[in-house]
Amino acid sequence: MSAHTHVDGQLPHEPEKATLEGRNKVLGFWLFLGGETVLFGTLFAAFLALRNQVGDGNPTSQELFDLGLVGLATFILLTSSLTSVFSIQAMHKNQVKPMLIWLAVTVLLGASFLGLEIYEFFHYVHMGHGYTTSAFSSSFYTLVGFHGAHVAFGVTWITILIFQVLKKGLNTVTAPKLYVAGMYWHFIDVVWVFIFTVVYLMGKVA
Amino acid sequence: MMNRWHVMKRLMPLLAMMSLLLAACGREDLSTLNPQGPVAEQQFGLMKLSISIMVLVVVVVFVIAIYVLIRFRRKPGDNRIPVQVEGNHKLEIIWTVIPLILLVILGVPTVKTVFGLAKDYSNDENAIQVKVTAHQYWWEFEYPGYGVKTAQEMVVPANAIISIEAKTADVLHSFWIPALAGKIDTNPGGNVNRMYFEANKPGVYYGKCAELCGPSHAYMDFKVKAVDEASFQRWVTAMKAPAELPADPAIAEKFVNECLTCHAIGDKGGQLYPNLTGMGDKVAVAGFLINTDNPLYANEGSAYENLKRWIADPQEVKPGNSMPKVNLTEQEIDAIAKYLSEQKLDY
Amino acid sequence: MAHGHTVKRYSGLMDWLTTVDHKKIGILYLIAGGFFFLLGGLEAILIRLQLWKPLNDFVSPDTYNELLTMHGTTMIFLAAMPLLFALMNAIVPLQIGARDVAFPFVNALGFWTFFFGGVLLNVSWFTGGAPDAGWTSYVPLASTTYSQNHGVDYYVLGLQISGIGSLIGGINFLVTIINMRAPGMSFMRMPMFTWTAFITSALILFAFPALTVGLAALMFDRLFSANFFEVANGGNVVLWEHIFWIFGHPEVYILILPAFGIISEVISTFARKRLFGYSSMVFATMLIGFLGFMVWAHHMFTTGLGPIANSLFSIATMLIAVPTGIKIFNWLFTMWGGSIRFTAANLFAVGFVPTFVMGGVTGVMLAAAPADFQYHDSYFVVAHFHYVIVGGLVMGIFAGLHYWWPKMFGRILNEGLGKLTFWTFFIGFHLTFFVQHFLGLLGMQRRIYTYQDGLDFNLMNLISTVGAILMGIGTIVFLVNVVVTWAKPKNAANDPWEDGRTLEWSIPSPAPEYNFVQTPLVRGYDALWKEKMDGNKGMTPAEPIGPIHMPSPSILPFVMSLGLFVTGLGLMYNFVFAGIGLLITFGCMFLRSVFDDHGFHIEPEELQDKGVKA
Repeated sequence: MSAHTHVDGQLPHEPEKATLEGRNKVLGFWLFLGGETVLFGTLFAAFLALRNQVGDGNPTSQELFDLGLVGLATFILLTSSLTSVFSIQAMHKNQVKPMLIWLAVTVLLGASFLGLEIYEFFHYVHMGHGYTTSAFSSSFYTLVGFHGAHVAFGVTWITILIFQVLKKGLNTVTAPKLYVAGMYWHFIDVVWVFIFTVVYLMGKVA
Repeated sequence: MMNRWHVMKRLMPLLAMMSLLLAACGREDLSTLNPQGPVAEQQFGLMKLSISIMVLVVVVVFVIAIYVLIRFRRKPGDNRIPVQVEGNHKLEIIWTVIPLILLVILGVPTVKTVFGLAKDYSNDENAIQVKVTAHQYWWEFEYPGYGVKTAQEMVVPANAIISIEAKTADVLHSFWIPALAGKIDTNPGGNVNRMYFEANKPGVYYGKCAELCGPSHAYMDFKVKAVDEASFQRWVTAMKAPAELPADPAIAEKFVNECLTCHAIGDKGGQLYPNLTGMGDKVAVAGFLINTDNPLYANEGSAYENLKRWIADPQEVKPGNSMPKVNLTEQEIDAIAKYLSEQKLDY
Repeated sequence: MAHGHTVKRYSGLMDWLTTVDHKKIGILYLIAGGFFFLLGGLEAILIRLQLWKPLNDFVSPDTYNELLTMHGTTMIFLAAMPLLFALMNAIVPLQIGARDVAFPFVNALGFWTFFFGGVLLNVSWFTGGAPDAGWTSYVPLASTTYSQNHGVDYYVLGLQISGIGSLIGGINFLVTIINMRAPGMSFMRMPMFTWTAFITSALILFAFPALTVGLAALMFDRLFSANFFEVANGGNVVLWEHIFWIFGHPEVYILILPAFGIISEVISTFARKRLFGYSSMVFATMLIGFLGFMVWAHHMFTTGLGPIANSLFSIATMLIAVPTGIKIFNWLFTMWGGSIRFTAANLFAVGFVPTFVMGGVTGVMLAAAPADFQYHDSYFVVAHFHYVIVGGLVMGIFAGLHYWWPKMFGRILNEGLGKLTFWTFFIGFHLTFFVQHFLGLLGMQRRIYTYQDGLDFNLMNLISTVGAILMGIGTIVFLVNVVVTWAKPKNAANDPWEDGRTLEWSIPSPAPEYNFVQTPLVRGYDALWKEKMDGNKGMTPAEPIGPIHMPSPSILPFVMSLGLFVTGLGLMYNFVFAGIGLLITFGCMFLRSVFDDHGFHIEPEELQDKGVKA
């Protein structure tokens, strides 16, 4: 069961699932995301347990968080999820060039998100909210930082895939990779929605 | 080939051991099977209930297993294919429902006892409040209602509720007096725990640290000394009385400078380390060196000998504990040990 | 892309370093797991030698704490789990009629990360101190304030790396079992061992990430001065306990469920009877897996969670006894009316049943929270978990090894030596641990370096030590058996026990590289037995003979894991090395992504050769 680029010259509909390897990759990735859900769930639990341990004299979440900036970052990340949907739609229609363009936009938006987050962290450190400041700060940076690391990994991964498709073309070997990268991207977007709500919104209001 | 002889060969050592061991319920001052107070008694009651149910289960399983292994073993030359049985709904329901019933029989008393033993006596005027602080590797006992602080030996009146508030000053430890009550962990920071116990009669009960806390975890014993009410009151008074320093002024000066920077005795000294008041009466030095005039074992000796041994090299007795080798000559250690071994409270 | 691929074949050491074949990976897990089992066993013997008499000083208190920590950590993570993975790898693809697992490359990666994680953990013995805060590594003892040397760092990093291997293995088996069963093998026709492998893999997937977070948090506290568990800065040590046990409790079900599967196979085969109540067995396994996530705080009854929490967790814990009891009765009634043959494998399986029941009932006793206030952190708990882990899991592994040895190696282990192994190990086991119940009840705490004289502990501790030595002898007998058997010719039949019921017995012993010449057609539960009862010689094929596509070997899993090993050392000693290690690992991931593996083909003409060159 090796990979065929074309059967009768056509890319199969849903090329990511056209081979056993492809189906295995997609299922395996869903399961991996299940495990990642538990991972982030545990990080959230730790954050919730420690979020009130700010320590005397240290900035509180109300003082630190700027919902405008965070809202902009959220908008950017959510949009990047949308553009990744467009790229997979193009893939299913065998439209390689639009697919690659949407992937590139996704990467750019992801990189912008990261840029904003790095700026945000620098600002916090300047305000006296460092990694080692308190239990609140350690759990905040670990949770949000793990998410940021996931975004960074995703940006790198999708970039490498763009170059792979440029070189090898879209076929039943590259299609599953693109599909699971899309799943990954949606996942970190969903995690961000929870971070925005639990860390920033609840932190600003409570 | 498995036959009756092999089965007995397997069970005999277990049966022999069990009869040997169940014969002794253990020491009155240490065993959970020989409770000396109402809390340990209730816990022992649950133990008895659960083990009865479980012995029943084990016996049923063993009987079926032994029967099956003997009755259905393959005899030489027997090549038949047995009837293949998919299951039996009736049996499966029986061995689901009966265990569930057994669990209800165990579960209801369990929940009742959980709540019963969770009663908080910290505001009860008839209870004696004791604040327990665990350290690496000693136990601090403070009686806020009486203004008394002591270490390693908790003197309490028998037949009274002792309400405990437990925490640690460093790592996790666990406060356990097996003969009187189950244990409670000592947590740092805000996670202070409460429990209570009562001793039915006067006696000295073993206390143990039950959470791995470092190299000297095994040496972190303490004692609970239950006495009658009058004796307890005398103890409180004696604990608060001013202490006499050593008669010899040179030794007294050494004692104040080398010892009382950290330790307290009577109304003098530092509060951070074990209180030395009434050292001569205590059951043990450093919780582990038992004071006796008839030493039988390597950790026993007279109070004077034990104190000398301890002060000369605390790290040798309890590796990793906070007391360094102090700046005293051999004669000074001897004199201070003798002085401390004579510090007895009259109660 | 065309089918033309150069056939990349290695031999000797390189073959083993680059293999992605589940059968060879199974053997690698067996060798590494077996080695760590011996190491953990040595640590146990040293512990028992220290405790044979009161006030002993055979080792120092610090060394003792290192021994007890490493014994637990090694046995659970580096011995028990890998040995289970050995059998799962060797057998599950065969039982479902597949040619390999879903992700052969990742399978190899799983092995090498486990291996290097275990090596990293044990390097600590030579670099200033092994971890010494218990396998549970409670804080604050495990924080840098109270554990100044690198011991706990080795614990955190070694387990983190090893844990990646476990997680990978879990995902692999889930996908394999879901997607790659032979035609006709519905879920309810799968053998019990495959079912338990499946549910265990789900437990691994959902339990290990919690451990990952816990270890990361402890690592950040120790290496980067974070404050998760730093009470002075608002940290909470009970949080560690929660996170650890949310992983730790499912972990013990991860350990025991595959053993349950092995017992089902062995008892059924050697009684010549179908498993009694198969669907209840499947359902009970699922229920145990699910409930296993609901009971973690029974390890924390004395932490001070309050009566409501303690009551809920008591009841939930007691409930797990019900599906477990169902299994015990199903095994007994499988044998009822059967024709029981006492091979060494079956002795272990049959010995498992009463022993595990004893361990299980002390578990129910422990579940009663008020009583647990007495049992907790005493030798009663030590007795309980050794009964279920050693008397349960380890006996299950011995049963599985004796049973499947011919399928893995083409030779049957010597039956006489196998029976001797059983009796010495079994008697030694009961001697060691039965008395420990009483030690705990009489007031002896666990994890103590020594105990006072005159407390009535002496005789029982001595008996326990004697038993441990007997278990050591039993293990040595097994090793002798392995060596003696190695010298014998590789001539086991396809179905050497003659009563094989499942697909692995329909192919040669050892299994050929491609497992099945043709994927079989499954017509019922106990697929091979069904064919036998219908008078057929073997399985009906589900496809014509054709070229078989195989995955290519690769050195990348080995190198990636080595990279992680270097990262671990680097995080402790020199961040530049940590960077280099990560570069190596990510570099390999990059190479794997960019250079596709198209595998190679085995042509029909080559299909006559027999077995894995082991």
